[in-house]
Order: sequence, then structure tokens, then C-alpha cells
Amino acid sequence: MPTMIQYTPLHGRHQALEARLIEFGGWMMPVQYEGIQAEHVATRKAVTVFDTCHMGRFRFEGSGAIESLSHLLSQDLRTLRDGVCRYGFLLNDDGGVLDDTIVYRFDAEHWMLVVNAGTRAKDRAWITARLAGSVTFEDASDRLGKVDVQGPRSLEVVSTVLGRDLTMLPYFRFVEFTRGKDRLLVSRTGYTGEKGVEIYATADRIGPLWDDLLAAGVKPAGLGARDTLRLEAGLPLYGHELGEDVTPVEAGMERYAAKSEPFVGREAVLRRLAAGPAKRLCGFKTTGRQAARAGHRVLVAGQEAGVVTSGSFSPTLQCAIGFAYVATPHAPLGTRVTIDTGRAALDAELVQMPLYSAVK
Amino acid sequence: MIPEGLQYTKDHEWVRVDGAELVVGITHHAQEALGDLTFVDLPKVGKTVKAHDSLSVVESHKAASDVYAPVAGTVAAANSALATEPERINRDPYGEGWICRLKDWDRNGLKTLLTPAQYTQFLAST
Repeated sequence: MPTMIQYTPLHGRHQALEARLIEFGGWMMPVQYEGIQAEHVATRKAVTVFDTCHMGRFRFEGSGAIESLSHLLSQDLRTLRDGVCRYGFLLNDDGGVLDDTIVYRFDAEHWMLVVNAGTRAKDRAWITARLAGSVTFEDASDRLGKVDVQGPRSLEVVSTVLGRDLTMLPYFRFVEFTRGKDRLLVSRTGYTGEKGVEIYATADRIGPLWDDLLAAGVKPAGLGARDTLRLEAGLPLYGHELGEDVTPVEAGMERYAAKSEPFVGREAVLRRLAAGPAKRLCGFKTTGRQAARAGHRVLVAGQEAGVVTSGSFSPTLQCAIGFAYVATPHAPLGTRVTIDTGRAALDAELVQMPLYSAVK
Repeated sequence: MIPEGLQYTKDHEWVRVDGAELVVGITHHAQEALGDLTFVDLPKVGKTVKAHDSLSVVESHKAASDVYAPVAGTVAAANSALATEPERINRDPYGEGWICRLKDWDRNGLKTLLTPAQYTQFLAST
């Protein structure tokens, strides 16, 4: 497949704001505007907006939609009410994680699945090859856009800008409504550990929505802050903590793949649970400011015990934090480890994630 | 933006002669390219370096970068304030964001460094 860089509907605005742009998952995305530190703090203390148009959005419609999706997704769809969304996985037959997703239930015959940018084409091929004939599939990723508005002031500001009181919208619920020319979907979800929403609109209306949010005092934030925020919030990133080489069991996320009805990968997950995973995903916190990065080795008493999957300096904790896969015997919380960065040995402790949460 | 009275390297370090010592830091351009600094691995006092040896490592949220010795010398002092406030480099790269001072440094090495005009020209060409 040819690799061609894609641009979101907000690209021109990012350029006008002199954002620093990088390629991420095949997309040219803003990594920072004012600076990662300032954008991180603005999200924790006030409100910011992220361009998340790059993520994939699939729509499903038809009488067989619930059965067909139930077979493919680890989420329990039968206990999901209309207007509620739920986190879970798309697994392969071996229980390997093809993607982590959020599924939105409009009603039993209408659904939306939000997937990662870099996995969109793979997911689409996997899903469409396995859907029942009675289900209509639409890759709505290009037709729809999305921005995430996150921070303690987010619900208040979004309510003002959209002219609708969303302050009482419960966590992982969504509403659809019309605002002028725009058909909007707002869900109480996010990737920062803060209160916040994700707003979906048609791609041509995302720009004006972005302008309205900025005019209301919302600061733009980029992928850099998104990464430090999600690390503090203990949220995995596909391609780092999750991949086809691990099941939800190694990731400690088997509760998101625990429904009793059959789905692709369930048998493998149950076998892995019964056998016990050889490694576990652990959060860690170092004693200093120097960051551990993906690929650095984790040592326990001088012996190789694991590998770092993500790491960064935490603006909130003022020390370095991250995730690592650690061999199960060395994975209990509180274990003292050494992280070998190649030029320094960092003292760290395995800790309970999240290290920060204000979502509910 | 490029202060007079300093000399520069193509790796974006600056030096300033101060009596018998040479003060070393990274330029405004370098701190801007790196973004918010989160950690500075300060050189140990007494460490002797050759020109282009790694003197220090500075880290931002995204990456770690070497700071190279502009000339040979011995570390006389390091800016210990950077241990807890690396953002001083972002705020004031030519002032309170200095990284270290060298003693017994190679005066001939100074001739290999860029003048403010040459560094300005170098930035424009890259």
C-alpha cells in the first residue's frame, strides 16, 4: 500500500497557529502549539482542545448489527443501553490485540466504532471480511471529524459554545443534537484523565467549531501533551502498550474482554487467564527527572526483567513515569527496578496506574 | 536574537569568555527546537573533555540530545539550578540557562568557532 501523508480538516489552522507538525499514524499532526508543558498544565487546570480527526470512525447499520459486532468486539453489547459507549478490543483468533476501540450504541441497529489512526485500514479489512450480509458498513472517518475538549472547565465551556447544557452528561454517555447547520455528537469521553468530551461533526464543520472553541478561550493542545496526559492517566497507547503480540491479559485489561458470550479471541483470552501471563504491563515512577523511553531495558537485581513501552517526564508528578512489560515474578506493585537507558541507570518503582485521574 | 560577544558552534552551543573561564550553554535556536526542557544531565566538576565530547545531555518531553564541548577543557562549575529548573534554559538560554564553566580550556579552539554573523548565516542556510 502506498504511504501518503494525510491532512486533517484543521491542518490550515494548525499552520496558522504555527504549530510544530509531525507525522503520526500516517497523518500530519500538531505535536505542540505553545509548548507541551503549558498545554499539559492548561488541560489539568482549565480547558484545551485536541484535533483527533485522524482517528478512524466506522458506522454500522442493519438488523444483524448487534450480533455481528458482538462476535467481533470484546465489549458486552447486550448490556449497553442506547446513548452509551464502551471501551474494549478488537482481537484476533489468538487473543492478540488488533486494536483498542470505543463502541457507540445509537440503538440495536445503529452503531459507531472509533479506532486508532494507524490501524484504521487493517481494522476495516478485518471487520468487513467478517460482517454478516445484513449489516451495512461505512468508513465515515473522512466524512466526520472529531475534536476532544478536555479539562476541568470543559463541560461548562462546551455547554456555552454549543448552546446546550452538557454539564450533567454522565461519563461514557453521548448525545446527538443539531446546532445551526451542524449535526453534532458529543460523548463524555477522552484520553487525558480529565473531565471532558469528544465532539463529532461533519468534516466541513469541524473548522468553524474549532474557531468557536478557541474564541471562547479554549487553548489548542497537541499530541505531545496528549501523550504526557494519557501516561499520567494510565491509559495505554496502541503500538506501545497494546499490539497483536499481547492479549488483554498481559495488559491487565481482561475486564474489558470478560463477557460470557462468544467473540473472536475469547477462547485464547480464557486460556491465557488460566495459564497466567508470562509478563504484565506495569506502571513505573522514577526517583528523578530523567526520562525512560520505549525500548529501554528493565532490570531487577541486575537481571533483565522487562522492557519500557512508553515513558516521559510527568509535569504533574515532577518525575519520570511510564509503562513497562515486566516478567510476572518481578511484576508486583512496589518492586524496585532499574531502567537502563543505555547511558544511565534510573531507579524506579512499579506503581499502580493511574497516577492521576479526575475523569468522574 | 543572536547576541554579540559570544561564539557559536554548528551544534548550537554558545561560549562566552569570562576571565580565565569559558561559559557554555545552548542557543535560543536549540532550546526552541528541543521544546520544554525536563532534565539536564549536568557535567561533573573536574571532568576533562576534548572538543566535540559529550558534555551534557538535555532532555525534552520528546527526546534526549547531547551538548558537545565546543573546545577542550576541564569543567570548573555546573549550573546546579538546572537540576530542578531545566526550564531556565528555555527562559534565558544565554543568561541563567548557562550549563557549565570550563577552565584550562583550549584557546586555539576558539578560532574554530563561529562569530555571531557566521552563526546567523549558518542558521539561515539550514
